[in-house]
Amino acid sequence: MTGRIFLVSVFAAVLWPSLVLADAGSAILSKDCVGCHNLKGPAPQTLKELWERQGPDLFYAGNKYRQTWIVEWLQKPQRIRPAGEFYGQHIQSGAGGKDVIDTSTLKPHMALSKEEATSVAAELEKLRPHDDLIAKEKVSVAPISKQMGEMVFDKFQGCLACHTIEANYGGLSGPELYTAGRRLQPEYIASYIRNPQAWDPKSWMPNKHVSDANIQKLVNYIEVLSTESRNVK
Amino acid sequence: MSNSRRLLLLTALAFVAPLGFATETAVDNYKTYCVQCHGLQGNGNGINIRDMSVQPRDHTDAKAMSGRSDDQLFKVIKEGGPSIDKSVLMPRWGGVLSDDEIRDMVRYLRTLCKCQFGS
Repeated sequence: MTGRIFLVSVFAAVLWPSLVLADAGSAILSKDCVGCHNLKGPAPQTLKELWERQGPDLFYAGNKYRQTWIVEWLQKPQRIRPAGEFYGQHIQSGAGGKDVIDTSTLKPHMALSKEEATSVAAELEKLRPHDDLIAKEKVSVAPISKQMGEMVFDKFQGCLACHTIEANYGGLSGPELYTAGRRLQPEYIASYIRNPQAWDPKSWMPNKHVSDANIQKLVNYIEVLSTESRNVK
Repeated sequence: MSNSRRLLLLTALAFVAPLGFATETAVDNYKTYCVQCHGLQGNGNGINIRDMSVQPRDHTDAKAMSGRSDDQLFKVIKEGGPSIDKSVLMPRWGGVLSDDEIRDMVRYLRTLCKCQFGS
């Protein structure tokens, strides 16, 4: 009997912290995150639904993000999408008929403690409805020069139109890409480039029918960018 | 609308809906996909243009827009800039917009430029 009690106590001591952690994470998600993030899916099926989006969909967060990055970012959140989400709700016509970002409409993201961030990240990691899409991707790490990568990214594919590749250089309607290598799993980057609509049917990123070879180059280029921007910081 | 017409419409929708996502209006599609580069006013001054090597077409420019046929406009929206020897910065929207939506978009562009091909 004593032995059993001992065993139960050991199990409780080992399991309890993780259970508490998980509970805390789901409690935060359902209380604080659900107002702006889609945690259950599906992705918006109509433009009207898309326009209501206030933050990235998180129902496939486990397929998308690097967990370590989530923990870091949630403690010190910084804007990733220069024009917010949905971008169309945060722009206006400025001087000379040129569109500008209306920063007054962009809200800061709440910050969490390390414990909270860790528990939320652990919960998000479980959200993996698109394992099938991820399984289709095979990313091979192959060093690419920044010049070659930029050639594919900008000249051949035109991605620079909507994405920044360094702070304040590039387009503003898409998320910044110089931090993407730190934020995202490589297979997710590959899959999203291959077919953005498989993840988000109404996405304003088009399917550019990028070849397998160029998808590999782009994923590796994004990795180079993130290594570089990390070194600058 | 009469009841029989309504029934007909509902029946038609029941067949169409499972095939794909809701058909959107050209105005809404423009606001979502085109405005990021071509701007809220359609004048080519979207938020993305600052660092572009080639500037987006000003859709209110009647002279430039009347130089393009409806077929060319359809083609460039569906297949992207390179399909009519224009910039790669104009992507192909064929995976996002249906052919019907692209045809609607061409008609909408004609209202923005207040022009027709060759006018």
